[in-house]
Amino acid sequence: MKVKNKIKIMVNGKQIQVISKFSLKSLITKLKIPLNKIAIELNKKIIDKKRISKIYLQKGDKIEIVHFIGGG
Amino acid sequence: MIDKKFKIANKNFKSRLIVGTGKYKNFRECASAIKASGANIVTVAVRRVNISDKNKARLMDYIDPKKITYLPNTAGCFKAEDAIRTLRLAREIGGWKLVKLEVLGDKKNLFPEMIETLRSTELLTKEGFKVMVYCNDDPLMAKRLENAGAAAIMPLAAPIGSGLGILNKVNIKIIRNQTKLPLIIDAGIGKSSDATLAMELGCDGVLVNTAIAKAKNPITMAEAMKHAVISGRKSFLSGRIVPNILGEPSSPSDGLI
Repeated sequence: MKVKNKIKIMVNGKQIQVISKFSLKSLITKLKIPLNKIAIELNKKIIDKKRISKIYLQKGDKIEIVHFIGGG
Repeated sequence: MIDKKFKIANKNFKSRLIVGTGKYKNFRECASAIKASGANIVTVAVRRVNISDKNKARLMDYIDPKKITYLPNTAGCFKAEDAIRTLRLAREIGGWKLVKLEVLGDKKNLFPEMIETLRSTELLTKEGFKVMVYCNDDPLMAKRLENAGAAAIMPLAAPIGSGLGILNKVNIKIIRNQTKLPLIIDAGIGKSSDATLAMELGCDGVLVNTAIAKAKNPITMAEAMKHAVISGRKSFLSGRIVPNILGEPSSPSDGLI
């Protein structure tokens, strides 16, 4: 049996491991985050949420997922 | 008396009170206070989603952005680039163009860094944002922000969260007299009479967070602020009497027995 390669990525400052050929959409689904309430940045570039199923994560990618919280 | 509409970036709002959503015990309390305040606009911050606690409550579950206008802020930003990055992300969440710019220069007094603020206003306006700008109470800087395309001028009354009230009434009045842009007091309000005073100085609105959220009873304080703003506005529009150092009887002296 072939062992799937794993890659390390950073999500909101935390290192996590995902299998290679893992899409950004799979990541959002895995984290159970409602897509309509967030914005995503991949390596400091804002990602169009409609395109996330076509974006595959690469080793060392830095992802920021943000939402609104209370503030003044 | 018919008042002109409270208009920001071509959008009309019924309430002249804007409230912040920070520092509440929980989202439920925050939502109740917003309701009691009658505010149509609330400020919100952009932060990382907590990826380890997937069930954590979200602001948007308690305050419906379809009913209340979210005004994303750049609280915690000290550089123009950080502020712009934050607001681009905010826009991506839900298409918001109306934003509150707040670029700070000092962690202790939280005064705005006006050079970075001016630069950010120029850059954000060029990108199509409608920028409501937190600024100091300097009339010259306020003018420069206006020339840079600001959608609203939001001078501080006193440092953020200080509750000291309006420290420089004269400057606020000067800014009022020089601009037709919406003028909104942002930061430093401590009690409802501070909000009334801001409106009596001719401001178009008041933004309050800490004074409501940290009051012993945030809900009734929110209500007090609502009435204070309405009261101050009516007082301003009604035209106050000319102050006089001597007394003038309210009852006629004619027919005195």
